[in-house]
Amino acid sequence: MKGKSFLILLLVIIVAAALVAVAYLGVGNVPATDSSSEQQQMQVEIVTDANGEPVTDEEGNPQYNLVPVDEAETEAEDETEAVTDTEQATNADGTPVEAETAAEGETSADEESTEATTAAPRIGYGSYKNIKQGLDLKGGVYIVYEAEKEGTPTAAEMAAAVSMLQGRVEYKGYYDAEVSQEGDRRIRVEIPGVDDAAAAVNEIGEAAHLTFRAMNDDGTPGEVLVDGENVADADKATQNGQVVVTLAFDGTGAQQFAEATAANVGKRIGIYMDDMLLSAPTVNTAINDGNAIITGDFTVEEAEDLSSKIRAGSLPFNLTALEYNAVGARLGADSLSTSVKAGTIGIILVLIFMLIRYRLLGAAADLALVIYTALMVVILSLFGITLTLPGVAGIILGIGMAVDANVIIFERIKEELNAGKALKTAVRNGFAKALSAILDGNITTLIACAVLLWLGTGPIKGFAQTLILGIIVSMFTALFVTRVIVVCLGNIGAQNNKLYGAK
Amino acid sequence: MHIIKNRAIYLGISIVLIVLGIASMIFNAATGKGAFNYDIQFTGGTSIQVDIGKPVTDDEVAAIVQEVTGEAPAQMQSLEGNTKLIKTKSLDEDTRNAVQDKLMEKYGIEANAFTIQDVSGTISNEMKRTAALSIIVACVAMLIYVSIRFKDFSTGASAVIALCHDALIVLGSYALLRIPMNNNFIAAILTVLGYSINATIVIFDRVRENRRIIGRTNYEALIDTSVKQTLTRSLFTSLTTFFTVFCLYIFGVDSIKQFALPITVGIVCGTYSSIFVAGNIWYILSTVKMNKKKTGKKK
Repeated sequence: MKGKSFLILLLVIIVAAALVAVAYLGVGNVPATDSSSEQQQMQVEIVTDANGEPVTDEEGNPQYNLVPVDEAETEAEDETEAVTDTEQATNADGTPVEAETAAEGETSADEESTEATTAAPRIGYGSYKNIKQGLDLKGGVYIVYEAEKEGTPTAAEMAAAVSMLQGRVEYKGYYDAEVSQEGDRRIRVEIPGVDDAAAAVNEIGEAAHLTFRAMNDDGTPGEVLVDGENVADADKATQNGQVVVTLAFDGTGAQQFAEATAANVGKRIGIYMDDMLLSAPTVNTAINDGNAIITGDFTVEEAEDLSSKIRAGSLPFNLTALEYNAVGARLGADSLSTSVKAGTIGIILVLIFMLIRYRLLGAAADLALVIYTALMVVILSLFGITLTLPGVAGIILGIGMAVDANVIIFERIKEELNAGKALKTAVRNGFAKALSAILDGNITTLIACAVLLWLGTGPIKGFAQTLILGIIVSMFTALFVTRVIVVCLGNIGAQNNKLYGAK
Repeated sequence: MHIIKNRAIYLGISIVLIVLGIASMIFNAATGKGAFNYDIQFTGGTSIQVDIGKPVTDDEVAAIVQEVTGEAPAQMQSLEGNTKLIKTKSLDEDTRNAVQDKLMEKYGIEANAFTIQDVSGTISNEMKRTAALSIIVACVAMLIYVSIRFKDFSTGASAVIALCHDALIVLGSYALLRIPMNNNFIAAILTVLGYSINATIVIFDRVRENRRIIGRTNYEALIDTSVKQTLTRSLFTSLTTFFTVFCLYIFGVDSIKQFALPITVGIVCGTYSSIFVAGNIWYILSTVKMNKKKTGKKK
């Protein structure tokens, strides 16, 4: 019994030390994000430099073709069905250069790839250095745009606008930027770590300009054939089991497009967003009715991406900046270093206080508190939760709650000991009687957090997230870890009540 | 502990504090400063915070801003070090950049020394609504949870009344100390509420346990004993949380100070309210309920 308890105790200490080490140094090596940005820069280069290469697969067949819509008349009716039918999206080999680059650009911009958004070189998984810092800590800029439109914009329109902004920030080289929809009609763009926020905003602020252009023989863009504002619609659809992108032009657009296609049969037409080539389909025949289809080896995602980018060139609304917040990188760095300093001093004070007041129990609680803090750091780091200034407050409140739970328990244990109970019984009763108070207290706080998560935006959400995490982790460390330590200490032979702060 | 016997004093102190807060709101509003020191998140407008790097007067900076915008800034403030806070009506992007360029040129500072915010009226109105809504929704949800868990509506009601007490005092401290009210306000006030309800619940948990020992209807003894039994915990927990938050206040930069100060106030009044207010409200509610029952039986 004694030996076993000793082993468990040792194990807890090792786990605590390991967690602290992980929280500080991290485990393994997180691939540095710089390389991915280099890659992306290269992709942009490929698009502009390698345009001379024919858009072909290994057999030398043109991959993308512009065909009139009547060649696939049945599609129009099938469209809605086709959109949801992902099974038909077979990924064939020999995807041309453009398609690949476009697809990669898209994935990196995807919201899911948030882990790739910290620019600083990473040390290892779980290290505090990997914690994704909010703009208020790191410096940077965020802008909230709203669609200027009567009534609610459709989901497709919003997706197109998000896609446009995403394309822009990436094209301008802000690979850490995140673009996300907020509510029905708003888009939040966050660019962390920029020094000159005003310049960044200027760059992405201008609306993207979509054009259909002739392509010179060397692949450079030629004269503008049709302007993006004459695109009535673009969407993905399926034709004979193949994913395609449909195009529809308005009156002027249809006329210009008819002339353009007639003049370029057998040649390629480049679809550009500003200077960025989105797609370069080959014209099969002249298309007179303003309805065309781009065929090729699209996956559903690629088709969606391309069509939403084309749609974005003809956004039916303007975007107005509702909120703009630029935090100078220097001020941001100050707030983080001072909060870390304050947090450390605060925690040390708490550790000392617990040790003085509760002696051995205090030592147990201190160990649990160290585990709590390290665990929070590791979790924040691994799950890519953005830490904002209110988030720091959430963590500190979590420390308060972890200590509180232990204080409640220890006061109970002392009461029991003072009432003459044996140590083992006192510990058991102390934990059991304190449980309801701790649970109810924490659950009510969780309720308040849930409300914040539901109603809040931006930094407030970050606060709620860290506090929820803090409550859950603190309940685990305060109830489980402390208990294991206290029981083991008792078994080892620390039986003197005075060691537990009792009379 | 004579919590119940001395309730007039304890509740009196609370009322005085709340009235003080409300009075300073009215006083501020009457003197034209606005009830609160609203940050632009609540009023809309542009705020430029810049570390100039050397001591200059507010007037000098204001004059430069006016030169560009054609209008004197609505508010000029010197913060820690050589940092200036300039608030104006909402400026468009070009004007904002022009102001920044002008200041950079004049004082030879870098773009990274600026923190600029611009908030439109749409957002600021929503902000007010969200703030009020989240506090109300959170209180109602907690009322329901506590009432169910303690099988007693009076417990839920008195816990929430104690919360409103804390919210009012923290709000009063915002008015009295002119703490800027920005989007951290909601986080600060909900932190205080979460913290305070926790403290109150620990006491009511003891009341729940003591009902069996002391008797269900011996309200005065129930409260006095329970508060006494949990007093050490209440004080120590407040003390430890106070340590951490106060450290933030001492060492933090301005934006952190603005966040830590109301929480510090909230921790103190949250502790006070759970010890001296919640129990008393519960006593009053329960006594009224019992008297109603008695008169009902007599009929």
